[in-house]
Amino acid sequence: MAHAATHDHHDDHHGAPKNFFVRWCMSTNHKDIGTLYLVFSLLMFFIGGSFAMVIRAELFKPGLQLVQPYFFNEMTTMHALVMIFGAVMPAFVGLGNWMIPMMIGAPDMALPRMNNLSFWILPFAFTLLLSTLFLPGGGPAGGWTMYPPLSLQGDSVAYLVFAVHLMGISSIMGAINIIATILNMRAPGMDLLKMPVFVWSWLITAFLLIAVMPVLAGAVTMLLTDKYFGTSFFNAAGGGDPILFQHIFWFFGHPEVYIMILPAFGLVSEIIPTFARKPIFGYKAMVFAIASIAFLSFIVWAHHMFAVGLPLGGEIFFMYATMLIAVPTGVKVFNWVSTMWGGSMTFETPMLFAVAFVILFTIGGFSGLMLALAPADFQYHDSYFVVAHFHYVLVTGAIFAIIASTYYWLPKWTGHMYSETWGKIHFWNSVIWVNVLFFPQHFLGLAGMPRRIPDYNVAFANFNMISSIGGFLFGASQLIFVGVIVHAVWFSKKKAPDRVWEGARGLEWTLPSPAPYHTFEVPPVIHDDELAHGHTDD
Amino acid sequence: MTSGGIRPGTIKRAVTAALFALTMFGGVALANPQPGQLNMTRGVSTWSPEAYFLNNVAFGVCVVIGILVFGAMFIAMFRFRKSRGAVAEKWSHNTTLEIVWTTIPVIILIVLAYLATGGLRTFADTTGSEMTVKVTGYQWKWRYDYVEYKGKAIDKVGFMSKLDKESDETRQLNSGLDPNAVKVDGYNTYLINVDKPLVVPVGIKIRFVITAGDVIHSWWVPALGWKMDAIPGIVNAAWTNITEPGVYRGQCAELCGQDHGFMPIVVKALPKAEFEKWLADQEAEANKPAQPAAPAAASTAAAPATAQATDAPVSQGHQG
Repeated sequence: MAHAATHDHHDDHHGAPKNFFVRWCMSTNHKDIGTLYLVFSLLMFFIGGSFAMVIRAELFKPGLQLVQPYFFNEMTTMHALVMIFGAVMPAFVGLGNWMIPMMIGAPDMALPRMNNLSFWILPFAFTLLLSTLFLPGGGPAGGWTMYPPLSLQGDSVAYLVFAVHLMGISSIMGAINIIATILNMRAPGMDLLKMPVFVWSWLITAFLLIAVMPVLAGAVTMLLTDKYFGTSFFNAAGGGDPILFQHIFWFFGHPEVYIMILPAFGLVSEIIPTFARKPIFGYKAMVFAIASIAFLSFIVWAHHMFAVGLPLGGEIFFMYATMLIAVPTGVKVFNWVSTMWGGSMTFETPMLFAVAFVILFTIGGFSGLMLALAPADFQYHDSYFVVAHFHYVLVTGAIFAIIASTYYWLPKWTGHMYSETWGKIHFWNSVIWVNVLFFPQHFLGLAGMPRRIPDYNVAFANFNMISSIGGFLFGASQLIFVGVIVHAVWFSKKKAPDRVWEGARGLEWTLPSPAPYHTFEVPPVIHDDELAHGHTDD
Repeated sequence: MTSGGIRPGTIKRAVTAALFALTMFGGVALANPQPGQLNMTRGVSTWSPEAYFLNNVAFGVCVVIGILVFGAMFIAMFRFRKSRGAVAEKWSHNTTLEIVWTTIPVIILIVLAYLATGGLRTFADTTGSEMTVKVTGYQWKWRYDYVEYKGKAIDKVGFMSKLDKESDETRQLNSGLDPNAVKVDGYNTYLINVDKPLVVPVGIKIRFVITAGDVIHSWWVPALGWKMDAIPGIVNAAWTNITEPGVYRGQCAELCGQDHGFMPIVVKALPKAEFEKWLADQEAEANKPAQPAAPAAASTAAAPATAQATDAPVSQGHQG
């Protein structure tokens, strides 16, 4: 760690700008931009969460008590858009911004000014999107999937399309930056196959983003011209095809699903070895599994469309390809369990969330396997079974991984320890209520409750009420998270050591806590036993 | 509901009705959503057990794998704790183990794929049907047109089917009406009842051609085992062969606008003879001179009235 100490003196000469506007709005510093992404993501998590509270409140019991059905549809649509594009994706970009340069021994991202731009596009994109809720025509209400012809009936198509364009531009720039950083700015000796799994997962994710965001942009542009310029891409009466949109959308949409989970795989692969005090099991298999999942994500899109009337050959191909994904995903789960086996484990908050991730994400994977079976999917499709499935992989998957890594790196970011007691209270509340929230939704779907409905038959009443109670309490539990973060940033007296966790390996832990404004201006010397996954050659 | 196909004065019909009621109690009660229902319905068609069976097999596989993986994980979490003095081992590879846990899932997947492919092939085969019904989705109701029965074209038998009046009044925002009170024969039909159900016979292969008039809908009756999207400009085909008479309920399954949650589907499956009588009545009504088949007027009460409306749905003034 001698090299880190030498940096300190150097860094004192140019710390963060004192002026608030200059520091945060004009920043080209990867750490500040990372912070901006993470704060933005947290804000969106609560905005999207408040929409979810409206949904669960209306579904608390049969009969309409609170909102009109159209507004309910606006809520489901906006909840998904805000959570996907506003909460989960920016959180991963924020974590990547903060940690990738520190993990590969780079001084900053490769393209710092573009980094600033790719973040500052987002607040404008979401202002545009959220403003529709206050406009006379109302917000988009055709579902986040924007299927025409329904989505074209709305008055906010132009707002939605431009917001999606902006988010896409932001994501593509972020992805280019991450690829350029990882491929060009690794410290000497940080070979590709010595990189932390999180860095690998982001490298692969960035390629997915560059591949599919333009496809989404194309699809929504066609929506725009169908709505306002008289084209008929998706209008059967004009020679178009409504199903064409679904093929294009899901060609984006399925890789998008993995964009939201591959970085989570990477994060959990950092956290589990740290708290097991044992190198990650099967490092190369982990990297290869991520790459395989990324490849497969391009050839499974029509499993979202088993009920649109695909030809038999199409159904069979997409069913087989989808089932194949279970193999690399299974390898990852087995490897995480094997990493724990024979370790010397402690269960601080990051590890608790990571363990919950492995179990609950796997449950989401199980229902994913069931959904892949096309004849059974004729029943599951568009039912609450699907809602339960994707919330298990996204909430207890992606979001739990994000929360775990926030606890994991918070001491490194702030220089202070968070409150372990309150972290654990946050964990137990989250993990209990999230299951009360989503597990009964499997039963609702199997019993025949369609998704995206504001009211339901009384046969579905009991599980909906349980689910809503879980929802309110899960939502309230996240306020604890905010409290823990605020406490750690401003009030915690407990200084964090450089190597915050006993078993932590990797370059970021060789830096002081809090990480200085500029780090690794001189490339570090890489010692293989300093790396999270041990020696990869044996 | 149970009185659906009965005409007074015929002993044979009364017996049928009694049997009908019995099957409803046994079969239908499980075919439609039940409070506290935990698993998929087995359904009442010749194909629906395929989906049910596959669901159960896949669930069983998941439970077994889950017990093994989570079991190993919990053992690890208890055995290899630092607080119990566990010292971390150094290994991070085991090629044999990695090959084994890649191969075993592949074998399980091949078995599942084999089972699922069978179900897909039978579902895709819409040939050999003896009846064709055209289903059209609209915002927010369904239209059923009877196209052909046993090789004979059917003329002008078709009607709209939309949410029953009682559910519709109850579902208005702050209506003050209790959804629990919307019942037909003791079964709660809130939001899953219609003014005019689709009437079909049991025991024959019925082909559905499914399309839509405005946006995409999806025609889903869980008891039949499948859903199929209704897409404007595209005609999809699906089939069913219902084994038990009864009333089977479903809902639109593709978001189709503000009243997506309020366009249920009710299929009333009658014994063949009763269906043929019903169809003949419909055709006779429809083909009366100078009286084109008009969309059905909404019936005022829920189910008993629905049954009557089903018997005499069009141009009531010309009855008898």
